[in-house]
Amino acid sequence: MITVEFLGPIQKPVLSMEASTLREVAEVLKQDPSMAEWIENCAVAVNDTLVGSLDTLLKEGDKVSLLPPVCGG
Amino acid sequence: MLELHNGALNVPEILARWYVSEAESNYGAYIPFVGTVRAEDGIEGLSFDLYEPILTSWFDAWVAKVAPLGAVLKMAHSRGDVYLHESSYIAAVFSPKRRVALETIDAFVEDFKASAPIWKYDLKNGERLYALDRSTAIVGAGLLGGTV
Repeated sequence: MITVEFLGPIQKPVLSMEASTLREVAEVLKQDPSMAEWIENCAVAVNDTLVGSLDTLLKEGDKVSLLPPVCGG
Repeated sequence: MLELHNGALNVPEILARWYVSEAESNYGAYIPFVGTVRAEDGIEGLSFDLYEPILTSWFDAWVAKVAPLGAVLKMAHSRGDVYLHESSYIAAVFSPKRRVALETIDAFVEDFKASAPIWKYDLKNGERLYALDRSTAIVGAGLLGGTV
């Protein structure tokens, strides 16, 4: 089981799911209509490190975070 | 040094404390950048969410990047609500040489705007509205949609 957390303005509770790659997480989230506005503009971190490939492997207990567009300051 | 504060920053206290902390470190330049909430579009203020683990690692990477130049970075940011004419953000650089400090503060603040995991909301008419139109997608965004 891995968890998916939605940061900042994405108003969704933490999700738990079975997934062995980020691609599997993407497939699940693409089915969620409430995620449509976020899929294309979020960066993704695994265990608090930004990643750049859907082939990123996931293991039990991993945390996937979605980071929408930022504006500090 | 990265400081996160609830609500507005106490600008005089922070600038003076940072100054004193490095006053005898033999730096030739101290350049602070102070971000202030301006009145525009009828807002009452701004509000901020931040994600501390990645914010900290982003800041630590910058500290390591400028260390070989002899530069030291400090940054303070607010979480929660900050009202008009208050400050939500201070960045500062100390370095032996003026040119390094000027170039570092420019590059650091620009990357901060594009990369630091902080989300801004307008406080307007009792609502907290995500400022999407002023926000920047982090490099690599769109991965889940297969667009990168």
